[in-house]
Amino acid sequence: MTSDMILPFYQALTEDVNALSAQVPSLATDTLQDVRRKALERFSTIGLPTLKTEAWRYTNIQRYLKEFPYELLSTASCVPEDVVNSTAIPELDCYRIVLVNGHLQAEQSTLPQGKGITVGAMSAHTTAPGFAAYFNEQQHLAAESMAQLNTALFADGLYIELAANTVIDKPIHVVHVYSCTAHAFIQPRHLWVLNRNAAATIIETSIHPETNTIAFANSVLETVVMENAELWHYNVQQGAESFREVHTTAAQQHKDSRYHHFNFTLPGTPFTRNNLSVALNGSHTETNLNGLYIASKHQHVDNHTFMDHIMPDCNSNELYKGVLLDNANGVFTGKILVHQEAQKTNAFQQNNNLLLGTKADINSQPQLEIYADDVKCSHGFTAGQFSEESMFYLRSRGIGEDAAKALMVNAFSHDITDAVKVPALQHFLQTQIAEIMNN
Amino acid sequence: MLTIKNLHAEVEGKKILKGINLEINKGEMHAIMGPNGSGKSSLASVLAGRDNYTVTEGEVWFNGKNLLDMAPEDRAREGVFLAFQYPVEIPGVSNLNFLKTALNEIRAYKGLPALEAREFLKLTKEKQQLVDFHSNLMNRSLNEGFSGGEKKRNEIFQLAMLDPQLAILDETDSGLDIDALRIVSNGVNKLRDAEKSFVVITHYQRLLEYIIPDFVHVLYNGRIIKTGTKELALELEERGYDWLKEELHLKESV
Ligand SMILES: Nc1ncnc2c1ncn2[C@@H]1O[C@H](COP(=O)(O)OP(=O)(O)O)[C@@H](O)[C@H]1O
Ligand SMILES: [Mg+2]
Repeated sequence: MTSDMILPFYQALTEDVNALSAQVPSLATDTLQDVRRKALERFSTIGLPTLKTEAWRYTNIQRYLKEFPYELLSTASCVPEDVVNSTAIPELDCYRIVLVNGHLQAEQSTLPQGKGITVGAMSAHTTAPGFAAYFNEQQHLAAESMAQLNTALFADGLYIELAANTVIDKPIHVVHVYSCTAHAFIQPRHLWVLNRNAAATIIETSIHPETNTIAFANSVLETVVMENAELWHYNVQQGAESFREVHTTAAQQHKDSRYHHFNFTLPGTPFTRNNLSVALNGSHTETNLNGLYIASKHQHVDNHTFMDHIMPDCNSNELYKGVLLDNANGVFTGKILVHQEAQKTNAFQQNNNLLLGTKADINSQPQLEIYADDVKCSHGFTAGQFSEESMFYLRSRGIGEDAAKALMVNAFSHDITDAVKVPALQHFLQTQIAEIMNN
Repeated sequence: MLTIKNLHAEVEGKKILKGINLEINKGEMHAIMGPNGSGKSSLASVLAGRDNYTVTEGEVWFNGKNLLDMAPEDRAREGVFLAFQYPVEIPGVSNLNFLKTALNEIRAYKGLPALEAREFLKLTKEKQQLVDFHSNLMNRSLNEGFSGGEKKRNEIFQLAMLDPQLAILDETDSGLDIDALRIVSNGVNKLRDAEKSFVVITHYQRLLEYIIPDFVHVLYNGRIIKTGTKELALELEERGYDWLKEELHLKESV
C-alpha cells in the first residue's frame, strides 16, 4: 500500500478501523495479535464516544479528533537533550526516564537498577511475569473505546516491575515527549507492577516541543499495587497549546496496599480527558485520589474517576479541586461503586471549584452506587468565587488585586499541594500556580 | 493629613453615614465612640475602600489626594491602615507569606526594592516583640484558628510591620482581657510619633486609659454629634449616651 492510499485517520476510525492496523508496522510481528484483534472488534462495537455516550456527556471528543488531519504515529525520532532538560523539576533528585512517543530513550534515561527492579520498554517485556499476569487485565478498560483503540494499536511504552520487598530509593521521573513533524495521533501503553511490600514514587510529566504540529496522545497506563505495596503516583499535565490528550489510568489494588494518585492539570493544552479507575481487589486498602485542575482560555478539562469498592474494609478519599479562568470548561465525574460484599467501606469524595472566568463553567456529577449496608460514604460539590471579605482584607494591606488572587488560588489549592510528599515537586507546583495567577 | 467633608454613604440602599466632618492632623490620636449600629465600622470601611458601600456625597482627602478615587490597595500603599473589628481567616495563606507580599507590594509602590529575606525576618522579630505575638503563629494560616485576642494582636502586629501614616483601629480592644489590652495598648503607644495619626474606635473608656486621645468624637446615627477631649469619654462612661441623644433631639427640634 502506498502512502497516498491511506485513509485519513478520522475517516479510518469511523469507517474502516482495520485499515489502521496496517499503519503500525511493528504489529505484524507482535505476539499480541489476539488481544489486539479483540480490542479492535470491541472498539468497532462500542464506537467512538459521542455526546450520547453516558461517560462522555459533557465532552465532545469528536470535535477534537476532527479538528486536525491526524496521522497515526507509532515511531519516535531523536529529541535534543535541551528539550528533555527543559522538563526537569528543579532540585529533584530522581531517576529520569525519557520516552519519545512511548518509546524508551535509553541513552537519555537513568534507569534505576538493583535486585528486583525491572524497568524497560513494554515491547521488550511481553514475556515478563507481570506482563503475562496483568497486561490488559483491567476490566474497567473494556468499557472505554479509547482504551480499546490503544490496546489494538499501541506501539510501545514503559514497563516497570518491582519484585516483592523492593523499594526504589528515589522518585522516578517519567518524561513523556510527544514529538511529530505532522499532526499526529500517538498511543503509548504502560504497565507498572509493584509486587508484595514494594514501594515507589513515580512522577509523570509531558512535553510536546513543536508548536506548528498538533500531537494528540491517547495513552493508557495500567498500575498494579500488590499486597502491602505502596505507590505514590503524580501526573503533571502542563501541555502546550499544540497538544491534546486522553489519558487513561487503570489501577488495581490488593490487600493492605496504598495508592496515592495526584493529577495536576495546568493551563496550556486545550483538551484534556483523564480517565482514572481504581479497582479494590483486596481488603484493608487505602486510596487517595487528589486532583487539581487550573484551566484558562478555551481549555476543556474532564476528569472522569471511578472508585470501585469490590472488597470490604477499604478506605478511599477523593479530593478534586478546580480553578476555572477565562472561558475554561471543567468536567468532573466521581463514580463510587460499593459492591454488596464491600462492607465497612469508607468512601469520601469532594469536588470544589473556583469559577473565576466570566464564561468559565463546571459540570460536576457524583455517581454513588452503594449495594452494601454498613458503609460510610459522602460526596460534596462547591462552585464559587473568591470570598469578597478575604479579597478586601488582602487588598486593604496593600496587596494588588492580581497578587491577592494568586494568594487565594494558592490557598484554595493548598490542601492538594500540601499532600505532595516530594518537596521539590511541591515547591515546583506552588511556583507554577503562583506564576499562572500572576500572568 | 486626613480631611473628611460632609461624607454620606449607603449600603444596600440604606443610608448609614449622613454627613461626617472630621479633620485629623499629623501626630494626633482621635477616639470615636458611639452606640452599636451608629456607623463607626461603616466609616472605617468607607475610608479603607470596601466596595459594598456607596459614597453618595462628600469628599475625603488624604495628604492632598482624593482617597475615594483610589482602590483599597492604593489607599494602603499611600499609608492608610485599618485594623479590622472582625479579621477574616484565610486558610492556606500563611501569615508570613501574606505579610511579605503586603510589605513588598507597598515598597514597590514607593519605588523601593523588595526586602531581603534576612531583613524581613529581622523586622518581623522586632515587631513581634512589640505586641508579644508568638512566632509559632507566623507560619500558620492567616488568622485560622486564632483566638479572638490573637487575631487582634495580629492586626496590631501587621500595623507595626506595614508602618502606615494613618491607622484606624476598629474595636481592637473588644474581646481582649486586661493583660492583652495592656500589651496591645503599649504596642500602639510605642508606634505613636509626630508623623503618625490614629483613629481608635471603641465602646469602652478603659482603652482610653492606656491610649490617651487628643480628641474624642461621638458618632450617632451616621453623624458626629459631639467632639471633646478625653474627659468626654469619662463622662460617657458615667452617663451613657442618652443625655447626648436628648441634647441632639432638642437641637433638632429647634
Ligand atoms: N452590609 C450591610 N448591609 C446592610 N446594612 C449594613 C451592612 N453593614 C452595616 N449595616 C448597617 O449599618 C449600620 C451601621 O453599622 P456599623 O457601621 O457596623 O455600626 P457600628 O460599627 O457603629 O456598630 C447598622 O445599622 C448596620 O446594620
Ligand atoms: Mg463596629
